[in-house]
Amino acid sequence: MNETTSLFESAKSGDRRALARLLSVLEEGGTSPVENGSGDSIGITGPPGVGKSTLIGKLIDEWVSRGETVAVLAIDPSSPQTGGALLGDRMRMVNADSSDGIYVRSLATRNHPGGLMDCLTPMVDVLCACGWDHVVLETVGAGQSEIRVVAFANRIILVDGPDRGDVIQAEKAGIMELADLIVINKADLPNANRAAEAVKSALSAGSNVDVPDVLLVSAHSSMGVSELVDSITELQSSKDRERLRIRERLISAWDSALLTSDLFDESIRAIETGNMTLNQAVGHIRDKSN
Amino acid sequence: MRIVVAKPGLDGHDRGAKVIARALRDGGHEVIYTGLRRTPQEIVRIVTDEDAAAVGLSTLSGAHNVLIPKVCDGLREAGLGDVVVFAGGIIPEQDRSPLYEKGVRAIFGPGSTTKSILEFLEMVSSRKKAAESVGVGEQIGWRWNE
Repeated sequence: MNETTSLFESAKSGDRRALARLLSVLEEGGTSPVENGSGDSIGITGPPGVGKSTLIGKLIDEWVSRGETVAVLAIDPSSPQTGGALLGDRMRMVNADSSDGIYVRSLATRNHPGGLMDCLTPMVDVLCACGWDHVVLETVGAGQSEIRVVAFANRIILVDGPDRGDVIQAEKAGIMELADLIVINKADLPNANRAAEAVKSALSAGSNVDVPDVLLVSAHSSMGVSELVDSITELQSSKDRERLRIRERLISAWDSALLTSDLFDESIRAIETGNMTLNQAVGHIRDKSN
Repeated sequence: MRIVVAKPGLDGHDRGAKVIARALRDGGHEVIYTGLRRTPQEIVRIVTDEDAAAVGLSTLSGAHNVLIPKVCDGLREAGLGDVVVFAGGIIPEQDRSPLYEKGVRAIFGPGSTTKSILEFLEMVSSRKKAAESVGVGEQIGWRWNE
């Protein structure tokens, strides 16, 4: 039995250390012991500061009180300069370390071209195969690369705040179209209703026939958390959104292939020295990659 | 390296721990910060789940002789003897040798530079590579001298 398989067997029997080690092996590019894509995950994203981690903390409490187990993969960016990362999501999930029914793992994007993408699916597969009822991917929805991370989830929840400014940011980033459910958090603050109305009108203005629900929740007071959990249980993703997500996944796989190709650096040098135009370089990489 | 920076006990602020967490990040490490008021059991759980190679414990309020040994024992009991434990905050000189006896490999206090903490971690990496004892459950003896 190889290392991965024996870690997987121990992880399935509830050994958390083996599970943690196995996820590290997958993060380093190890082969998954589970069929690829067999898992199911919920992606939770939204602009910085809207209360995603706090809300996930409340979701966890609700699931655990219902006797269900939850694993969270909390994703934060690595510094492009040093490669280091500060992963602080679990400090907002206050009860996360007190129950055996909760597993929280912080992940850094590590600036590997497509690196995190490659390992996310196997990680979700393994967590599901180990019997975790819910697997949550948490990412900051503040840029294109983060959208692509969340596109790897099977269902997506967009969390927003009561300030209209955040909603506009979300629209700009293109996350709104991918979301199966939209949550306006901090609903204990004024303007939350207005923000919900603004989101609804923004959604109905598009040609999208299948408009996601918009829920008002306050992670601070726990208002609406139980209803949110009910909605997540029944949440279905539409075909249209699945197509958009496949699009994001394909682009990220393409990026990854490009960035790891030998022809990439070669082409940069050729363009720099004037031996190739941009279009020629694209043609060159495309022809040679076949 | 994946490093947990933890605040055991009832300290009221975490300015120092946050400075350390940022310095480690800038040194190229992946830092998982726990936030204030964690129990030793929670810290052991976090180190387990995060598959961390090291844990830095920051305490200010004087409970270090109770809390830090509990974390060290907890890690060994959880089968995490290879995890490196270091400490910082307000830990008087006379309290340090019992902590080293428990497997703590470095203690940093007021006046320590973030550079020296990064140098300690470099030393930890090279000792790990050479299979020399550095984990909390491995042979006591080697420790960092500033």
